[in-house]
Amino acid sequence: MHYYKDKAISVRNLTKCFGSFIAVDHISFDVAKGEIFGFLGANGAGKTTAMRMLCGLSVPTAGNGHVAGCDIITQAEAIKHRIGYMSQKFSLYSGLTVEENISLFSTIYGMSSKEIREASGRLFAELGMEDMRRAFVKDIPVGWRQKLAFAVATIHKPEVVFLDEPTGGVDPVTRRKFWELIYKASSEGMTVFVTTHYLDEAEYCNRISIMVDGRISALDSPSALKEKYHAATIDEVFRIVAQTAQRTD
Amino acid sequence: MRRNPLIPKIIIAMPIMVMLVLPLVANLDVKNVGVTVVDNDHSQLSRRMIADIDASEYLTVQSVVGTHGEAMASVENGEADVILTIPPYYSRNLSGGNAELDIEANGVNATKGMLGAQYVSQSAMATLSQWRSENSISVTMPETSVINLYNPTLNFRNYMIPALIVVLLIIICGFLPALNLVSEKESGTIEAMNVTPVSRFAFVLSKLIPFWIVGLIVVTVGMIIGWLVYGLTPTGSLGAIYLVAILFSLTMSGLGVAIANKSATMLQSIFVMFAFIMIFQLMGGLFTPIRSMPEWAQCITYAIPPRYFIEIMRSVYLKGAGIIDLWPQYTAIAAFAVFFSALAAITYSKRS
Repeated sequence: MHYYKDKAISVRNLTKCFGSFIAVDHISFDVAKGEIFGFLGANGAGKTTAMRMLCGLSVPTAGNGHVAGCDIITQAEAIKHRIGYMSQKFSLYSGLTVEENISLFSTIYGMSSKEIREASGRLFAELGMEDMRRAFVKDIPVGWRQKLAFAVATIHKPEVVFLDEPTGGVDPVTRRKFWELIYKASSEGMTVFVTTHYLDEAEYCNRISIMVDGRISALDSPSALKEKYHAATIDEVFRIVAQTAQRTD
Repeated sequence: MRRNPLIPKIIIAMPIMVMLVLPLVANLDVKNVGVTVVDNDHSQLSRRMIADIDASEYLTVQSVVGTHGEAMASVENGEADVILTIPPYYSRNLSGGNAELDIEANGVNATKGMLGAQYVSQSAMATLSQWRSENSISVTMPETSVINLYNPTLNFRNYMIPALIVVLLIIICGFLPALNLVSEKESGTIEAMNVTPVSRFAFVLSKLIPFWIVGLIVVTVGMIIGWLVYGLTPTGSLGAIYLVAILFSLTMSGLGVAIANKSATMLQSIFVMFAFIMIFQLMGGLFTPIRSMPEWAQCITYAIPPRYFIEIMRSVYLKGAGIIDLWPQYTAIAAFAVFFSALAAITYSKRS
C-alpha cells in the first residue's frame, strides 16, 4: 500500500485498448521526485497514449497509477492542478500575444494577478524574451515558441511536467538550450517526464525507458543500458531493443 | 481567445450582404410577365386592350401574333408566360353578351404563370368596363371573380427583413463557435486546455459568451440596415428584440459547440451544421408560412427554435407586440437556450 507516496509517478499494469488494438499493454514503472525520466519508443509504440493517461486526458482500460500523489482514474482533475503539459503539437494560442498566453494559462491555474506579473517578469528575463512580450505567438520563431510553451507549462510550479516531443523540428543549438531549461526545472525539484525521438537527448536523462509494441522493454539509466546491451550509444541500444517490434506503422 | 481577423469582417459584412441582396432577389413579387396576344379581332377594343396590358407595371406585351401556334412558339422559347387569345368578332359579339377571352398560362414557373394570368385578366376587365361606359353600352358586365390584389412589394419586404435577421443569427452564431472549437481541436490548443484544471462549464461558457456579443452586433447591424435602406423600424421595443437575440444566440452557439464536440474535423462539423441550418431555414416559417405546411410538419416546427424567434421578430417589428404578449414564445426559446447550452457542456468531455 501507498507505494506511490514518495514517488512522483507510479504506475501498475496500466493498459489502454482501442477496440481490439492494445495501444498500451500492462506497463508498470516508478519515477522518483526530481528525476528526468526519458520515455522512448518508435512511432506507434504507445508513448503518447501512456502519457495522456498519466495526464488525466484518457481513461485507462485497466490498471492504475498515481501522479503527484493523485489517482489517475478517480482524481484526474486534481492531477491537473499539479502537473504541467506541453504537447507534441504546439499548444499555445497563436492568435494571442506572448503576454496574453501567459496570463490566460496562469489565470486558469488560479494565480493572482500579482503572482502572474512576478512570474511573467521572471520568465521574460530568464528566456530573454523581453522584446517579444507583445508579439503574436504565431510570428515568433519555432525555437522561441517551444521555450515559451515550456515556460507556460511550468509557470505554476507543477510537481511533474510532461513534455511530449518538445524539441520536434528544433535546431541542435536551440535544443541544447531547451535542455538547459529542463535541467534547471529539475534542479528546482520538478519531475520531468519527456518523450523524444532524438536519442542524443536521451543521454541527458537520469533514467530512460524504451517502449516496444505497447510494453516497456528496457528501463534503466543510460549508462546501465549501454552496458547491458554492449552498445556505445543509446542510439545503438534503441536499435537493438526496437528490432523486436512486431507492429509496423 | 480569438483574434481571427476574419471574424469581425464576417459579422459586419455578412449582415450587410444578406440584408441588401436577399430582399431584392428572394422576392415573391412577380414582375415582367411576358404576354403574347393572339388578336383575331383587330378591332379598336382589342388594340386598346393590348395597349392597356402593355402599360401595366407587371406585364409586357412581347408580341401580337395571328395564330395560336405562333403564340405557343413564343411560350416555348421563353419569351412569353401568358397567352391572351381574343376571338374573331369579339367586340361585335360583346353586345350579344356571349364573348369570351381565352387566357392561358405557362405552368413551368407556376407562380409567375398563375399570377401573370390573373394580372392579364384584371387588366382586360378594366379595359372592358372602361370601354363599356365610354360607349354607353348598357350590357350587364360578365361576372368577374374578385381577386385579391397582389401588391406585395412593400409587404413582402416588411415580412422578410425581420426574418432575415434571424437567418443571420442562425448562420453566424451557429457556425462560428463550431468552427472555432474544431479549429482548436485541429491546432491542439484544446489539448492544452484539457490538461489544465479549468472546469468544462467555464470552458464552454468561454466559447458561448463571445457569441452573445456577436449576436447582438449582428442584430444591431441588421436593424440599422433595415432602417437606413428599407425604412423599416421595429414598432415594438428594442429590448424585446435584444432579449430574444440573446436567447437565440445562446441556443445556436450551444448547438454549434455541441456539434463541434462530437466532430473530429472542420469538414465534419460544417456538414452536420448544414443539415441543421437547412431544416431550421425551411421549417422555421421563414419563406413558407407554417400554417400552410402539412399537419405533421407543423408539429415538428414546435421543435425548431427559429420558429419562435421569427414569430417574435415579426410580431415585434410589424405589430409592435411586447414581451408580455409573446411570453409563450419567449419561454420556449429560453428553454431551448438552456437545453442547448447544457448539451454543449455535457457533450464536452476533457477525458477520452
